[in-house]
Amino acid sequence: MRFLNRSVDSWAGRISRHRRGPLAGFLVLVLGLLMMGGLYTTFSPAQAQSEQTTEELVAEGRELFIVNCSFCHGQNGEGVSTVDGNQLGPSLAGVGAAAVDFQVGTGRMPAAQPGQQMPRKEKVFSQEEIDAMAAFVASLGAGPAVPDESDYSLEGLSDEERQEAIVRGGQIFLTNCTACHNFTGSGGAMPRGGYAPAILGVEPRYVYQAMLTGPQTMPSFSNGNLTPEAKRDVIAYLQSIEENPKYGGFGMGGLGPVAEGMYAWIVGIGVLVGFAVWIAAHGARSTKQKVDA
Amino acid sequence: MSSHDEHAVEVVGDRTPDTEPLADPGHPAHKWRPTDVDERLERRAERQVATLFALSGLCSVLFVVSYFVFDIGEVVTTVGGFGASNLALGLTLGGALLFGGVGAIHWARKLMADQEMVEARHAIASPPEDREVTVAGFNTGLEESGIARRPLIRNSLLGALGVLALPVPVVLLRDLGPLPGDALKSTIWEPGMRVVRDVTGTPIRPSDLQFGDLVNAEPAALFEVDEQGEPLIEGAQLQTEKAKGAVILVRIEPEDITPGEGREDWGVDGILCYSKICTHVGCPISLYERTTHHVLCPCHQSTFDLADSARVMFGPAARPLPQLPLDVDSDGYLVARSDFDEPVGPSFWERDSR
Repeated sequence: MRFLNRSVDSWAGRISRHRRGPLAGFLVLVLGLLMMGGLYTTFSPAQAQSEQTTEELVAEGRELFIVNCSFCHGQNGEGVSTVDGNQLGPSLAGVGAAAVDFQVGTGRMPAAQPGQQMPRKEKVFSQEEIDAMAAFVASLGAGPAVPDESDYSLEGLSDEERQEAIVRGGQIFLTNCTACHNFTGSGGAMPRGGYAPAILGVEPRYVYQAMLTGPQTMPSFSNGNLTPEAKRDVIAYLQSIEENPKYGGFGMGGLGPVAEGMYAWIVGIGVLVGFAVWIAAHGARSTKQKVDA
Repeated sequence: MSSHDEHAVEVVGDRTPDTEPLADPGHPAHKWRPTDVDERLERRAERQVATLFALSGLCSVLFVVSYFVFDIGEVVTTVGGFGASNLALGLTLGGALLFGGVGAIHWARKLMADQEMVEARHAIASPPEDREVTVAGFNTGLEESGIARRPLIRNSLLGALGVLALPVPVVLLRDLGPLPGDALKSTIWEPGMRVVRDVTGTPIRPSDLQFGDLVNAEPAALFEVDEQGEPLIEGAQLQTEKAKGAVILVRIEPEDITPGEGREDWGVDGILCYSKICTHVGCPISLYERTTHHVLCPCHQSTFDLADSARVMFGPAARPLPQLPLDVDSDGYLVARSDFDEPVGPSFWERDSR
């Protein structure tokens, strides 16, 4: 015991000597925070999160919805019409959780302002908040649920299956999607100032949900219309476009003859005119005379 | 004159100064280029031209090198996301031609002879003796061939040339045909034929579709196969029938639909079916906006309101898209009740534009 006491004493004494040192306060603070954090993670939130019931999620989503979405979509998601009969925000009954996950997850909602086009922007909410709002909107009426990753993932496909998926997906894409989104997915113009966005580089989850729910003016391609496999094939095709090197050099936006013609006229002919000017330029002249001629 | 005596303008040709109303003041004194009077600059220009030609040669060598170095085919060498072979071949060949050309122009502008020269235009008419010789030769030919003395030969030659012109109108006009007959007035759709999804060829139940859905569809006959699995319709006939029979299906909330007169029962649960071929010049159209129910033709922006019998909202199309009356067969799949009741696609000679 004596040994112990002495050792504790000396240990405490050694610590004590530093108790007014410049780092002491900081170390105590860090220690305290670590202990609090450890206790918190051990006891409270993980279990509370996993045991959060659907009702609680819906209630949380409703809170978020009323603060962030109800101005345009109405307090119960019934939609709001303007005085002249236009829609400020459409009714959300039956759009399903997938629509919320797409619109909020890509930052299109909350919209900066009502208008013809809701551009993609930085997303505002965390995935937990999006899930809560999706649960609330899903409770308003039956609609497509957020798809499982296995629906759109290409994992687990052999090279051969993947090739077949790309070929099928290409045909489906060219039949159903190119009219608006262009044959390489570069997007295109739509009536009254709208546009179909470029869909290269978009996460498979959101491509799938866009087909499933039909955001804004886009028609939907529900699972009865295009099967989940067909949607996955379209995603495989889009990824193959992204992965393929550009054999012909610069794609010039992949927007077809108008964009290419613009390059030809402005860049191509511009360079030629510059060359012609250089060839015909008078060039420098000297005031000196030739002496030995 | 003394200042440009040494480089007097050379006058080539037979200009006669006496006939000019004013005396020719001659050219101003020649101004030399820096490379003409400064040997240092001349050598520098020489080196520049040689460098450009060397770069041209280097590019040609690199062209051959990149032809062999970069893989194409199954495994493609890439550089910065581009196919390396095409990029390198284009850049090196372009560089070889460009540097060669720039070098030649630089050479001419800096080092080759630089002095003004006037070359007077010679008379346009040939000298009289040349003309006499030509006319005499022609007359001799006429005399010796005896074409004036032998009308039989002359007339049979003219006749042969006339008949030679005959194949042109006959064959060219014949090959414009045969006339289409009534092939443009009907399509492959017939009562009870299923409406199937394009590409996959699967039939569609009304319950498959949500409001806002768009289906690019085709007549089932295009996907039918015989016992050996060979398609019944193929080749040019398949293309023709596909071009005429392609349709789009949309499902619209029934309260939004204004059915056309006599078309009240042409839809099934808000599912309407229209020809996919624009009535203007026949582009396939499926730029559909679910919120407005408008479908837009990408070629000339004709816009049709599918909730209102495809009425033309905008653009050069003269008449609505033909509508295909729908029904459900005993297995619960969507079928056509009949063919279109009007020709699909653009106007043609035998059809007015209404």
